[in-house]
Amino acid sequence: MKAFAKAFAKAFAGAFSGTGALVRLILRRDRVVLPLWVLSLSLLPVAIANTMYDLYPTAAERQSYIDIVTSTPTFLALYGHAFGHSLGAITAWRLGGTVLFVGLASLLSVIRHTRAEEEAGRRELLGATALGRQAPLIAALLVTCGANLALGAIAAASLIAYGLPVAGSVAFGLSWAVFGWAFAALAAAVAQMTEGARAARGISIALLGLSLALRMAGDVGQEDEPSWLSWLTPFGWIQHIHLYGEQRWWVFGLFAGVVAVFVSCALALCARRDLGSGLLPTRPGRAEAVGWLRGPLGLAWRLQRGSLIAWTLGFAALGGILGGIAEGGVEVIRDNPKLEVVVGRLGGSSGIADTYFAAIMGLLGLVAAGYAIGAALRLRGEETSGRAEPVLAASVSRQRWAASHLTFAILGAAILLGAAGIAAGLAYGLSTDDVGGDFGRVLSAALVQLPAVWVLVGVSAALFGLLPRLAASVGWAALAACVLIEEFGRPLQLSKGVLDLSPFAHVPKLPADDVLAAPLVWLVLISSVLVAAGLLGLRRRDVPASG
Amino acid sequence: MNGKDAISVSGLVKTFGKTRALDGLDLSVRSGEVHGFLGPNGAGKSTTLRVLLGLIRKDSGEARLLGGDPWHDAVALHRRLAYVPGDVTLWPGLTGGEVIDLLGRMRGSLDKGRRADLLECFELDPTKKTRTYSKGNRQKVALVAALASDAELLLLDEPTSGLDPLMEATFRECVEEERRSGRTVLLSSHILSEVEALCDRVTIIREGRAVESGTLADLRHLTRTSIVAELAREPVGLAELSGVHDLHVDGKRVRCQVDAAGLDGLLSHLTPFGVRSLTSQPPTLEDLFLRHYETEAQKAEEVGRAHRAGVAR
Repeated sequence: MKAFAKAFAKAFAGAFSGTGALVRLILRRDRVVLPLWVLSLSLLPVAIANTMYDLYPTAAERQSYIDIVTSTPTFLALYGHAFGHSLGAITAWRLGGTVLFVGLASLLSVIRHTRAEEEAGRRELLGATALGRQAPLIAALLVTCGANLALGAIAAASLIAYGLPVAGSVAFGLSWAVFGWAFAALAAAVAQMTEGARAARGISIALLGLSLALRMAGDVGQEDEPSWLSWLTPFGWIQHIHLYGEQRWWVFGLFAGVVAVFVSCALALCARRDLGSGLLPTRPGRAEAVGWLRGPLGLAWRLQRGSLIAWTLGFAALGGILGGIAEGGVEVIRDNPKLEVVVGRLGGSSGIADTYFAAIMGLLGLVAAGYAIGAALRLRGEETSGRAEPVLAASVSRQRWAASHLTFAILGAAILLGAAGIAAGLAYGLSTDDVGGDFGRVLSAALVQLPAVWVLVGVSAALFGLLPRLAASVGWAALAACVLIEEFGRPLQLSKGVLDLSPFAHVPKLPADDVLAAPLVWLVLISSVLVAAGLLGLRRRDVPASG
Repeated sequence: MNGKDAISVSGLVKTFGKTRALDGLDLSVRSGEVHGFLGPNGAGKSTTLRVLLGLIRKDSGEARLLGGDPWHDAVALHRRLAYVPGDVTLWPGLTGGEVIDLLGRMRGSLDKGRRADLLECFELDPTKKTRTYSKGNRQKVALVAALASDAELLLLDEPTSGLDPLMEATFRECVEEERRSGRTVLLSSHILSEVEALCDRVTIIREGRAVESGTLADLRHLTRTSIVAELAREPVGLAELSGVHDLHVDGKRVRCQVDAAGLDGLLSHLTPFGVRSLTSQPPTLEDLFLRHYETEAQKAEEVGRAHRAGVAR
């Protein structure tokens, strides 16, 4: 034991010095972004509690609402099983998917201050000062975990102030904080393994998505309790706490374990590896470029293919899972004699499946928009990093250069939604023994999201051409607004005018609804105008943008 | 405007907000010459090159490149030129060889044999991912890509920054070769020895304006020669001569700077005192450069130092 302590002291001697200074540096750099996500996410729960109270003031109303919706596969997939029908319990249930954003913000924050700094070379500059080897990692974790703690504390305090039970509110706030910790720790470990920040971000987000998919698969088709699958994911653990009900505090031990494991992994890897390197050694590549690498489009493909392939596989897997579990979910509600009336009102069992697919594909549309915006904003990244300069100094027009990356944004989104639609259609068709009938319906529900995705691509493209400095922040903010409107617009009782701002609000709810040409044509038209405006703006401005 | 000029710029103005990066710049580069473009950091060298590449738009003034308009005819003109940026950033996942080929193909031409020769000369491993390259190696990628093209005009923005002295020598040989094959080179630099060794003509810019332009011989003519002479007798009356500066008389030893026009007068004045030895040093580019870049503060400091020295003596 003594020998171990000695070895530990030796291994980490001075490894953490300078952490305090780095914490201050991170807080200085994130002084806008950090309060933004902490405050917006921490005040959402009390807002949702308030609308839940408005909509379902009595216990009886809440009971019947919960009984009905948690028997439909749509709601089980989106929010999971509910445990109890107190105001607190249904608020916690309704926010079961929202905690995703806590994880997302946490993992992005950690990677931004670890691997991204290292890749940019700034870590090297700092590493030459009296800074411990582990200090940057610890500082990033401290700030991110501190932010999560603040987020949880504000959420808990606001729920208590609203009048919800103290223990439940504290457990709720804590569950969001530790959820953020878990993904911060995961990202810290992943950031030690990859050479590039982009890859670290991709892997961490994929694991976050997988965690959510596991929770969905654990809930849909299960009548009273989620299946064992939901024990494999932090999303499921939050359910298993039974917030505002049983309050199983021991579940927090699972989070503690995960955080401990990932942080130890990260520290151990960080102590061993060279600065700038990942786990895999870099192999030599081609001495000469292949034939197709001869223009901006080839270059864009070379730069974007890795992420496009990974996203496509992810979408196909997600589509397969979500399509595969649908029929089980419909069966549960169909076989329940108590819900006969409900089934009838929802348009029979085919109506239930249709609603489910419309909701799922709407969700995937938002995710695909995230991919597409990222692909479009590569243009801005290429510009600010100076890599656009040698391309534009060659015999390449600005339009051709911009079109190359926009092609991936526009077609990439189609490939992703196509992959998800095909996989979901096949999986669902096989489970209903009607591939011929169901495949096309499910695929159409996926593809109909495209025009809305393209509008968001258009927003990014227009900003890039006309207001390049705002392109990244406003481009992503537009997506965040759409997510807010689509996921919380109705419960937050936003006005119709605000709801209509989201392009996804105008997408026909396939497969149940008829295909309405007019809104789709409008969306395509708007996105074309936006892209054209961006290209025109780019033609007139300086590269890199000045003033 | 001279039809033989590869680049002709007059009265060029470019502002970024309140900063006037280019403030009425004049520059002319003749076809087939190696033209040095000298200036300290932030003088506007890179901004000029970006205007010439059509990456940024001029506010006013004239700029012509290979007979075309750099903004409107950018794509066509770029087929005839190659560019090495001052700060080379590359795609981290691509190898050096891939980047060289890609840039060559996008420009429209790449001489395979020359590419191989240049890789050897610069000792660059083309199979390595560019994320593993040092600054010097990234610079080499851009240089090989530019030099292996058959472009008639090379725009080089501080091309040797980050190169070791051996590679700098290799670079000079390459530029000599370019000159022999009749290509035009605009070489922006702040390394004086490089410009002195390579360039036919030089333009010196400061705060966005050309302050001097011409052949090195022309420019030398504009400046002072430094003279050190040992005489047989102590001289008198030197201070009254026109064109003599920084005069230090230490017994029979004379040190001074003299304008080109005053050289004749100085020598005839010295001869009667019996010249035992005479060293004359032509002005280096460095002298030229420093003369233009001495800030007021430095001048004040020098005056102060001279004053203190005088008191001590």
